Amino acid sequence: MALLDIRGLQTWFDTRAGTVKAVNGVNLSIQPGETLALVGESGSGKSVTAYSVLRLIEAAGGRIAGGEVLFKGTDLLKLDAAGIRAVRGNRIAMIFQEPLSALNPVQSIGTQIVEALRLHRDIGLRAARERAVELLELVRMPSPRERAEEFPHRLSGGMRQRAMIAIALACEPELLIADEPTTALDVTTQAQILALLRELQQRLGMAMLLITHDLGVVAEIADRVAVMYAGRVVEEGAVGALFDRPAHPYTRGLLDAVRIEALPPGSRLPEIPGIVPSLLDLPPGCAFAPRCGRASAICQAELPALRAIGVGRRHACCHPHLEPVPA
Amino acid sequence: MSAPLLELRGLVKHFPAGAGTVRAVDDVSLHVAPGETLGLVGESGCGKSTIARLVMRIYQPSAGSILFDGAELARADRARMQMVFQDPFASLNPRETIGRILEQPLLVHRRGDAAERRDRVAALLQRVGLRPELAQRYPHELSGGQRQRVGIARALILHPAMIVCDEAVSALDVSVRAQVLNLLLELREELGLTALFISHDLAVVRHMSDRVAVMYLGQLVEQADRDSLWHAPRHPYTRALIAAAPRLDPSAARTPRALLQGDLPSPIDPPPGCRFHPRCPLAQPRCRQEAPALRQVGAAQVACHFA
Repeated sequence: MALLDIRGLQTWFDTRAGTVKAVNGVNLSIQPGETLALVGESGSGKSVTAYSVLRLIEAAGGRIAGGEVLFKGTDLLKLDAAGIRAVRGNRIAMIFQEPLSALNPVQSIGTQIVEALRLHRDIGLRAARERAVELLELVRMPSPRERAEEFPHRLSGGMRQRAMIAIALACEPELLIADEPTTALDVTTQAQILALLRELQQRLGMAMLLITHDLGVVAEIADRVAVMYAGRVVEEGAVGALFDRPAHPYTRGLLDAVRIEALPPGSRLPEIPGIVPSLLDLPPGCAFAPRCGRASAICQAELPALRAIGVGRRHACCHPHLEPVPA
Repeated sequence: MSAPLLELRGLVKHFPAGAGTVRAVDDVSLHVAPGETLGLVGESGCGKSTIARLVMRIYQPSAGSILFDGAELARADRARMQMVFQDPFASLNPRETIGRILEQPLLVHRRGDAAERRDRVAALLQRVGLRPELAQRYPHELSGGQRQRVGIARALILHPAMIVCDEAVSALDVSVRAQVLNLLLELREELGLTALFISHDLAVVRHMSDRVAVMYLGQLVEQADRDSLWHAPRHPYTRALIAAAPRLDPSAARTPRALLQGDLPSPIDPPPGCRFHPRCPLAQPRCRQEAPALRQVGAAQVACHFA
């Protein structure tokens, strides 16, 4: 059984201008111990999908309009407030892009780990403090015992991200949701944090849902990848296969646009024409059709369903770049 | 070699910070030849944006000088040197229409009459790939890519000789990033622009530049033509920057590689000797005491005792 199974998720925001269908029918599953990257550009719905899993979306002014989020068979969308609180930070933990705004500025790092532990575990204060230092050691915080006493503003960006990972790991979650965990970091620090996440994930055997806009980060760390566009998954597959043979024209366009190193310097870059459509006013057919060089009449008329093209490979395109591979 | 259009000589910018001093830029010398694009790359706090602001006369240097077209940079050069900012939303006045924003520099510099200004704005909007009707719109009505096109149009409206692009595509989604980089490449070619192209992304800098300068904690550590720098980096920091960039090939991405340890030190109290020594895999006792000078090594200028 999948650890997490998202079925037909719809998350909408009611605004004065109309209903923004930020996530509109997303199906995804994550196996235990697996890293799934959810990749897309701004407004694709990748972060809203992640926030919906932990039901953090109402606070952001959205509502879950349909679907199921099954965590080991339990629908998280049906839990009451106490039920979802018992899952958050415990069996499913989350780390964010900007640790400085996610951490409590007036508590030491150590205290914040202790709090996360004692919220979900029956553990004494002294034991929790010891455990906090162990967790800081686990995330390779330099001088962990001293750092436990530090406040977030005293730490560097990389150390803050390590502290947030330590808090998230306090209760040994089965699933870690990482929302752009390295986007705010410098490239040399990003490489350290990605190496750390990869190591921790293997050591602890937890699954990870990684939200990112950066295909380089996906290549570094994910087992599988799902590409989102305008609130839907348009392609999904193992990282190697999807990077080698992208089927959806959008996936191919994204990969071409970032493979800048392969081009002669100063040459024209392959671009995807046009802009992302407004989620208030989506075209009736495929949302990518207006920007797609392969689009035909059928693309404007009907929304392509996600179809399987082999083991673990799916795409939602009427004119994909490869013929279906027999399963 | 022709005389440089822009030249920085021993440029220093310090900011007071409580008890200490932020040594944002510490003795940087650079030059950009007419028609050339110099890329400036480095991580946060390396001083690259401070250099952009010094060149644009937003800051005054603490020491050293900036020469433009052979003479000390002066107020009158403002029209000939223009800047494209990272965040087009923060750099466009939200209460003015796009047309008004673009017309402003023409008004300030008293160029043309009302009809000529309107024509120039319309022609430039078209040139950067926007419909002229957008002149009636406000910045919030535009997408990020459209706003950055407006930012580029504003930088070009006075026919500058040089543009300074400070992280001009860093806030854009990848599909839009390629569009904006292509536009910059076309315009540079068409208008014969000289450019200072600043970014944290070495791959983008290499694509856009003829030569590349790498900064670390307020100082230049290496400078070379783009191909030498990319294929044969000499400074250990340049090598680390190239190694740390995420690779787009999943099988290559999984091979182990040497990563820099530690974090960037604070520019308030930079390490003595070579500023990179606490993180450098090659550091020797000498590096702790003696700051290496920038010297010619093969095709590059490198500030390392062991390059």
